[in-house]
Amino acid sequence: MEEKLIKITKRDQPSKAIFFLTPVLAIFLTLVAGGLIFYVLGFKPFEALKFFFIVPIADMYGFSELLLKATPLCLIAIGLSFCFKSNNWNIGAEGQLTFGAIVSGGVALLFYEQEGFYILPIVILAGAIGGMLYASIPAILKTYFNTNEILVSLMLVYVSKLILDYLVVGPWSNPEGFNFPETRQFSDSARLPLLFEGLRIHAGIFLALAAVVMSWFVFYKTYLGFQMKVSGFSLKTAKYAGYKGKKMIILVFLISGACAGLAGVGEITGPIGQLHREVSPDYGFTAIIVAFLGRLHPVGIIFASLVVAITYLGAETAQIFMQIPKYTGQVFQGMILFFLLASDYLLFFKFKFIGSKK
Amino acid sequence: MIIDINFIGLIIASIMASAVPLILASCGELITERSGVLNLGVEGMMIIGAISGFALMTVTGSLIIAVLGAMIAGVLISTIFAFLTQTLITNHVATGLALTIFGIGISAMIGKNFVGIPGKEFPVLFEGLKDTIPLLSPILFGHSIVFYFAFALPFITSYFLKKTKIGLIVRAVGDSPESASNQGINVKFVRYACILYGGAMCGLAGAYLSMIYTPQWIENMTGGRGWIALALVVFSTWNPIKILIGAMIFGGLTIIQFHMQAIGVRIPVQFLTALPYIVTIIVLVVISRDSRKIRLSTPSSLGKSFHKDN
Repeated sequence: MEEKLIKITKRDQPSKAIFFLTPVLAIFLTLVAGGLIFYVLGFKPFEALKFFFIVPIADMYGFSELLLKATPLCLIAIGLSFCFKSNNWNIGAEGQLTFGAIVSGGVALLFYEQEGFYILPIVILAGAIGGMLYASIPAILKTYFNTNEILVSLMLVYVSKLILDYLVVGPWSNPEGFNFPETRQFSDSARLPLLFEGLRIHAGIFLALAAVVMSWFVFYKTYLGFQMKVSGFSLKTAKYAGYKGKKMIILVFLISGACAGLAGVGEITGPIGQLHREVSPDYGFTAIIVAFLGRLHPVGIIFASLVVAITYLGAETAQIFMQIPKYTGQVFQGMILFFLLASDYLLFFKFKFIGSKK
Repeated sequence: MIIDINFIGLIIASIMASAVPLILASCGELITERSGVLNLGVEGMMIIGAISGFALMTVTGSLIIAVLGAMIAGVLISTIFAFLTQTLITNHVATGLALTIFGIGISAMIGKNFVGIPGKEFPVLFEGLKDTIPLLSPILFGHSIVFYFAFALPFITSYFLKKTKIGLIVRAVGDSPESASNQGINVKFVRYACILYGGAMCGLAGAYLSMIYTPQWIENMTGGRGWIALALVVFSTWNPIKILIGAMIFGGLTIIQFHMQAIGVRIPVQFLTALPYIVTIIVLVVISRDSRKIRLSTPSSLGKSFHKDN
């Protein structure tokens, strides 16, 4: 009897090429699985995929919308990459974004009748500080009280959304707003400038790009970046090398909180222009997927944020044109992460064809 | 003010009812974690159970099929997690998060056609005994079978882990997969089984929410209970009996909100709603502060992948 043998062996070293190729494979598999889901739901798979991934970005407006959604995703994911690289599981970026939006929104409301070049920088700074403050809670509890950062940062997401809800319904609600759950409109000086007439893409994209450059510099050119990398591989080694573990944990949480807070500022001073109940369609959670899909690499994250941003737009377009439920976006996001994690198997193991045996 | 003694009984019963999904999900996750696997997908598995139960009940009309179907749905969705973490050796935290995101999306997609449909009445046991004993009657009688099962589960789980051979194997796999493997135990098989069991319990917890507790389908109706269930496992220091205590505290916090509003306490409603989450954080801090105690009771291999080269 003839039998073909495939042997699975562990690679001596994770393959570098596969490291950056598997995200592409994951996206491809997601498209295939997505097509299957559409088919099961009774839609024409190719048409559905076209409405999901091509139609939304076929014109200038669509492309601007893509950048608009990719901006917060990229910004938050860059921040998260600091945490994830060093083995800190901050999954509450959504809360840090919301709290950043609350603090910067509060400052913007203080200036609501005023104009001046100084207002916007103050508002932006307030958002970053808000995000940092909120991220410092899980960081401090983790370092000084040994508390699980996953659960704390996540619980704080719910708390931040309730604080926002309280403020826009109660003390901060627009006095002339007929009791709608929203604040006054910010003054023009507190708004991020638009880049092109008629498109919604705003100057917040420069914040995201600045974060990308900053993270690249820190990761690959500083001692701190090296320490983070070592701690990510092995906490024991990091301790043995005498790194100040606690300081680093707090620092990466602060960076990550600042980025999420800035994403919050970008939303409320960009497309929204006021505070209301929903400042973010779960950008903070989706950015976790972006960070992984981008392999925690600054340039990878740029590409990943664009890919994942399409799922937001595609879900809207597919809903309008084909009555496909908008949650398909989330399903795609979950699948991308599943396939990405699964294809990591190729990183650490190789399949070897060792001929046939008689 | 005279407080009717039966009213107190009713309040305690309502606290217990809101503790049921937490107990079910936590006890399931506890077994999973005891085998060394950290599954952060509890919220996702619960919401899948909730929609599966409700959808099957509406479509088939059978409560038994619906409840069992919800548990099977939990098993199926946790199979994805088991395959990824055990066979493909992926990171537990990231895979669990993916499971939650995926579960919330899929459930909303399926649930689109079930919004606004009224639920069915779920039969209760011992209804005839409801007025026999003051105070105790409302606590003891007139609940669904899932309710009684949930309050027995911590004791069953405790017995299983401490007194049975299989329970011992689960603990061995969680505490030292290497030595368990050397003893001839198939570590991956045990972990697969524990993950699927956790999925079944989370599915049941979800079905309880959508079929018994608030019989209807609302998007995202688990509302963070899955995460609180995860926190409860830490709170219990992996001891099933303590899950009971923790779940009652959180059930109490949920019920207090309604009564505070009813008697007109002037605290913003958002603050009361935030209370369970804030208390979870405080409790976690208090429990975890003693790092030695946590280290002693945590399954040693929790969240670490095990791979045996052949």
